[in-house]
Amino acid sequence: MIRRAVRFLDARAGASPLLRRTLRYVFPDHWSFLLGEIALYCFLILVATGTYLALFFDPSHAQVVSHGSYAPLDGLPVSRQFQSTVDISFKVTAGLLMRQTHHWAALVFLVAITLHLFRIFFTGAFRKPRELNYMVGLTMLALALLEGYAGYSLPDDLLSGMGLVIGYSVALSIPVVGASVATLVWGGRFPGAEEFWSRLYIVHVLVLPVLIGALIAVHLVLIARPRHTDFPAPGRTERRVRGTPLWPGYALRSGGLFLATAAVLVLLGGLVQINPVWQWGPFHTYLSTNGAQPDWYLGWLIGALRLMPPIEPHVFGYTLFPNPFFGGVLFPMMVFGLLYAWPWLERRLTRDHAVHHLLDRPRDRPRRTALGAAFFGFVAVIFLAGSADRIFLAFGIPYEGQIWFFRAAVFWVPVAAYWLTRRVCEELRDLDAHPLRGWRGRVVRRTEAGGFAPAGASTPPADGAPATARPGAGPARPGAD
Amino acid sequence: MSGLARALGWAAAALVLLLARRLRRRPEPAQLAPPPAEDASPAPPEHLPDPRAELWVAGLLGLAALLAAGFVVVDVLDPRHATQLMGLCLGLCLAALAAAAVLAGKRLVAQETAVEERPQLEHPEEQERVADLIEQPRRGISRRRLLKAAAGAAGAAVGGALIVPLASLGPVADQQELLKEDPWRSGTRLIDLEGRALAAAAVPLGGFVSAFPEGADPESLGSPLVVLRIAVDQLRLPPERAGWAPEGIMAFSKICTHAGCAIELFRYPLYAPTSPGPALVCPCHYSTFDVRTGGERTFGPAARPLPQLPLQIDGDGHLRAGGPLSAPPGPSWWGVRL
Repeated sequence: MIRRAVRFLDARAGASPLLRRTLRYVFPDHWSFLLGEIALYCFLILVATGTYLALFFDPSHAQVVSHGSYAPLDGLPVSRQFQSTVDISFKVTAGLLMRQTHHWAALVFLVAITLHLFRIFFTGAFRKPRELNYMVGLTMLALALLEGYAGYSLPDDLLSGMGLVIGYSVALSIPVVGASVATLVWGGRFPGAEEFWSRLYIVHVLVLPVLIGALIAVHLVLIARPRHTDFPAPGRTERRVRGTPLWPGYALRSGGLFLATAAVLVLLGGLVQINPVWQWGPFHTYLSTNGAQPDWYLGWLIGALRLMPPIEPHVFGYTLFPNPFFGGVLFPMMVFGLLYAWPWLERRLTRDHAVHHLLDRPRDRPRRTALGAAFFGFVAVIFLAGSADRIFLAFGIPYEGQIWFFRAAVFWVPVAAYWLTRRVCEELRDLDAHPLRGWRGRVVRRTEAGGFAPAGASTPPADGAPATARPGAGPARPGAD
Repeated sequence: MSGLARALGWAAAALVLLLARRLRRRPEPAQLAPPPAEDASPAPPEHLPDPRAELWVAGLLGLAALLAAGFVVVDVLDPRHATQLMGLCLGLCLAALAAAAVLAGKRLVAQETAVEERPQLEHPEEQERVADLIEQPRRGISRRRLLKAAAGAAGAAVGGALIVPLASLGPVADQQELLKEDPWRSGTRLIDLEGRALAAAAVPLGGFVSAFPEGADPESLGSPLVVLRIAVDQLRLPPERAGWAPEGIMAFSKICTHAGCAIELFRYPLYAPTSPGPALVCPCHYSTFDVRTGGERTFGPAARPLPQLPLQIDGDGHLRAGGPLSAPPGPSWWGVRL
């Protein structure tokens, strides 16, 4: 049976050598290498659940009178998008399960991509020859953010409408061409023409998923060509990769990871409510709600919009840069610009043009790790500022005071994070041991006369010289300076 | 039925937990397969059958099949609680499959560690040959610059021509006018969401109501208003706005000048000495506008004041606009007049 299938394929596609190499492809083992796989599996689950939802969702903005699905909405005029979303939730078999699994999968997708990016950055996996693939990955992150935003904007509920009007204001704030961009995308002034909803829908269900899917293919090819990176250890060199072959061991384990990802997402989708649009109600430009929060992955952008001081430069009474430009355009461009440029910046800083297949331990590169921590601290402060209203509700800390605190923290947290991380990394690298077990003291023994003398050493070390030998520890690691 | 299905779910969860515990006590797989040699791609190592693990995998697959059947049964018998129970059935089914796959990968097949040479990525000679190949046509051409210029012109023209259809995405000619559009004129009646004329007496002290221009689209960014009433002695309006707030009733555009959200929060302190003054707050980014001074921004990211609408009370006691809004409503753009 299998023999016949292989013969069939080989006779028609000449696939045997490729199949054999693929089945023997070696995967190094480390838990952090699974983050990207989880992102990939989330994408598959998103496509599967999204396809099911698309069988029932109606992207039309035509107004209908709600009835039947959810009693409190009965008699209210709502759009077909909103009505079909509520119908999917309450009338379609497994509709709510699929909708919530889809939403959870989107949230976990972006968590996995972000953690994967951290892994790549802090272990130096972006270095030559993988800079190109690093940029493909960053592009997928940007597209995934857009895709998530487009997805939760589709149902035309109150929260999504608030997100859309903010997106419209950000588009409007682009220098020089903002008015044209916003009115062209929306087909007029917000809330825009009927066609806007067709555009949003096709972007969410076709354009962005196809782009992401194509980039995933490129990403995988660019991973497989030079083989995987790995941490340095005996038997793992720049020339060779050591690990589990795809077939059968790794395929079964990775298939297990896919099924486990799907299990967690379906359990979340079945048991933990997410985005109950029937509670928010339909959107109108004249409605909003307090305590509105976007999906987590847009927290850094809402934080930037909230944190920005009220600056709107103008000349002779004509506005130049509307305020949302700074938080909604400049800030994300800066974040992504720095991330895209990093491999080249680091190459310039370290003058390291060599090919690297072995990964760094973060603590062995204190400067990179510290710069990464500073950058992360900068974005994290702004992200946290986005939840200042929730902090006020939970702890009663006045909102306005928090904003002033965060505005200052944007400047000092990166500095503190840099200094602290660099110190910790250097200390760890030098000790080559756990910080709590690392001990730099000297053993002394009390003499009969009442004084102290170094124990067991006839020649005490010179004053001021660091004592590198520790009780129970081997010789200091060569090369640790 | 609901109870039965729930019990089924719990039983499955317990079984998975039990499995995980039992498995942890098993010996390390390294003892089953001999460690492979460091180098030299080895033949697949010897693997001894593990009947107990095979039994577990079969059990997990059977459990998954049961849970998948449960998924169907729940939907047929108990559609009211279907989401939770179906999620449990399908989720645990997938979890059982995942456990079976991982267990099979770790116990049923040979544990193999292979070493592979990394392929050489760069081919220095090929690089030169590819570049030569691409550049080859250039050699047979004498008027290279002319052709380059012509191709550039053609490319730019085609690109420009393809941009033109983009213009049909939305209005192009009067974008500035469109964005500034304000439906309010002197004498326009204020109506509520049901279309009834808004009476001055309907605006409570310290509260607000939403209002719209009679005969205009309520969804247009220029339309919605917050109409509120404060004590007359609190007013600090600039002199040119004297008479805009009859009886202390004021109207502001409801669309925030920062990012366009509807302003739905009116802070009206009941004990003035210890509280900040009455203000409108946008719930998106918490821009705060002092209503006493005519919508001046006091906190948050908004840079422009909230546009105010001059109000009049007509003979029937209904509210009417005394003119257009004091500034373009909604978020700013490049070139908008303050």
